[in-house]
Amino acid sequence: MKVTTDKINSNLISEVEEISGQKVSACFQCAKCTGGCPVVWAMDIYPHQVLRYAQLGLADELLNSKTLWICAACQTCDSRCPRGVDIPKVIEALRLILLRAKGGNYLHPNDLPAKVLENAPQQGLVSAFRKYAK
Amino acid sequence: MKRIGVFICWCGSNIAATVDIEKAMAAARTMPGVVHVDQNKYTCSGIGQAMIRGAIKEHKLDRVVVSACSPRMHENTFRKTVEAAGLNPYYLEIANIREQCSWVHKDKEAGTDKAISLIRTAVAKASRNEALFATEMPIERRALVIGGGIAGIQAALDIADAGYEVDVVEKEPSIGGRMAQLDKTFPTLDCSACILTPKMVDVSQHEKINLITYSEIEKVEGYVGNFTVTIRNKARSVDMEKCTGCGDCTAKCPSKVESEFDVGLVKRKAIYTPFPQAVPNKPAIDRANCRWFKSGKCKVCQKVCPADAIDYEQEDRLVTARYGAIVVASGFDTHKLDKYGEYAYGKHPDVITSLEFERLLNASGPTGGKILRPSNGQTPKNVAFIQCVGSRDKAKGNPYCAKVCCMYTAKHAILLSEKIPGAKAFVFYIDVRTPGKDYEEFYNRAYEEYGATYIKGSVSKVFPDGEQLIVRSVDALSGALIELVVDMVVLATSVDARSDAKELAQKLSITTNAHNFFNEAHPKLRPVETHTAGIFLAGACQGPKDIPETVAQASAAAAKVTVLLNKKSLLSNPSVAEVNLKLCSGDMSCMVVCPYGAITEKMIEERRGRDMIKRRVADVNSALCQGCGACTVACRPGAINLKGFTNEQILAEVDAICL
Repeated sequence: MKVTTDKINSNLISEVEEISGQKVSACFQCAKCTGGCPVVWAMDIYPHQVLRYAQLGLADELLNSKTLWICAACQTCDSRCPRGVDIPKVIEALRLILLRAKGGNYLHPNDLPAKVLENAPQQGLVSAFRKYAK
Repeated sequence: MKRIGVFICWCGSNIAATVDIEKAMAAARTMPGVVHVDQNKYTCSGIGQAMIRGAIKEHKLDRVVVSACSPRMHENTFRKTVEAAGLNPYYLEIANIREQCSWVHKDKEAGTDKAISLIRTAVAKASRNEALFATEMPIERRALVIGGGIAGIQAALDIADAGYEVDVVEKEPSIGGRMAQLDKTFPTLDCSACILTPKMVDVSQHEKINLITYSEIEKVEGYVGNFTVTIRNKARSVDMEKCTGCGDCTAKCPSKVESEFDVGLVKRKAIYTPFPQAVPNKPAIDRANCRWFKSGKCKVCQKVCPADAIDYEQEDRLVTARYGAIVVASGFDTHKLDKYGEYAYGKHPDVITSLEFERLLNASGPTGGKILRPSNGQTPKNVAFIQCVGSRDKAKGNPYCAKVCCMYTAKHAILLSEKIPGAKAFVFYIDVRTPGKDYEEFYNRAYEEYGATYIKGSVSKVFPDGEQLIVRSVDALSGALIELVVDMVVLATSVDARSDAKELAQKLSITTNAHNFFNEAHPKLRPVETHTAGIFLAGACQGPKDIPETVAQASAAAAKVTVLLNKKSLLSNPSVAEVNLKLCSGDMSCMVVCPYGAITEKMIEERRGRDMIKRRVADVNSALCQGCGACTVACRPGAINLKGFTNEQILAEVDAICL
């Protein structure tokens, strides 16, 4: 892992901020999020490190981390963050960056019979499109 | 036709980056009455001012427009400049093309247009400016200090030593303030009482200082040099003349309430002196908690008092006094922790605030200076200190840094290890900030010599585990998860403005920031003045600060007060309201809106036809008028004008923008 000017100057942070609506640059690394995270034991990068990696533009390390798929969005960190950063939203934004880059939806609406489309909950359908695309 | 000179300032790049100076100069040359236009990189500098003085002489200018920064910044500077060149200082007009133009715009073309517009406005007004003359006002050579903590004490001593009478108003029964609650003080660890109590005694014995304890400010009227202040002496229920301070009443009083001084760690009586070294060392009855005042039964204190000093009939008294200057030194509150459930404060007795820990350390505190766990009275071995509780927290606390916590936590860590051999301090921090003489070295000692373990990571949760507490966090530097079992948790509580700061600010007509700390007139160059002349600031009421800084500011405020009280007289602001008696209809709308009580009615006699009639008109007391202009708006016949801001001048400005 190496930080370079190119990485720091990359648009990773602005992309994450745009998708999540959260100010990643506001984080001052107090790590209160990590201290209280109930699933931190299963993470390879800790929540406060997710924000630090994003600030430093370490896109590869971030997007390949298990943490993105382990965060349960329980909002414990968000409720205690002194900087008002909703970290689950940041992690969701990272997941979206990854999924959008991979494209290749698992399902496509056109593949589904009209009957299913009528009855299936919209949210369930949208999740299903990308569910196994990772 | 007037001969107007226009001087456009670059203010370095502050203005020149957004306003095309050449274009603005060309436009100014075409404005009516303008006979000379010039520019300067820094007009406020010696060279810039010399340029204006030279131009006044050379071009026979009789009005001057300086288009530069806000008049709040340099109106006085340039008034002096034109006065030095022989003009009346009120012939100067400022066009504010910095704060109101270049600083708020990015587009250079639009910014230039706006600057030209502002210059045209100022030229229109300048051509109608009249000479105004300040009058001299006497000064009341006496100062009022609000607050009897270390800031108020220092300010009072310095002003009194300069030879002026000082009244110190303190709302508690004793002076001493927050510093009296502290044990030792960083970075030298001298004991707070040893350096504070002699000063308290000095204040009480100084022939020029009059202590007014258990009292609050009710009302402030007047202006610099001539304030009239109404002070509420709260009923103490103890005759201060008779009381000898023997303490028999306190010993026998049956009502117990939580002690404010010991932050709730012990009870005090309803008749009490806040602490043993109190000045004056005479008690007051806390009527809200006194059995006699609550139920009409008891009177034990009266029975035991050998001096017959208890007086249940006392009432609050309002006292009015006049002062030339006021120092506000009303101090701070500690942050309320009700939003920090994760730290279990209030849920577990061994989670305490830093001020409570301070009382445990103190020899005159509830434990006689022994650090004991509030839950079981045992000596703790492992103690966690959590910094920034309520500070640097824009989500649910104060967004600002409380400034003193890093240093007092280092002190706590050192004192813990000094008082309990083998005890261990764990300090959880976000950043450690130690700017100050010998501060960094003090912090270094905490971990090098006294073995404190500093952990970069905010604590996320504190919860009980049997007799002990578990502290959950992470070491952000190594990435190691942390779960400590400790005996006590000390929360470095943030610093708030006093809960009644806003109210006091309104009484004093001074301003506060978003967090209710009083505003200084300029953050760098006028740090102890307020925008209200004659009112000065000292200590944490202006923003969180430690003792050295508070004492320095208090002495600075005292210096400013003595400069003021030393003057033979003050020059009044000649921009006051003036009544045109011919137009005044005497309906007195102006009197109703005047916030300073400066307008009264008077009867005049005048000839109407062959008769002499009496007629009511408005009369302005120019010493009381502050030039706010409210009357000019209320006056229906347009008979009242503010000198320097007459209706004619204002309308000329409006026309210059709109026509």
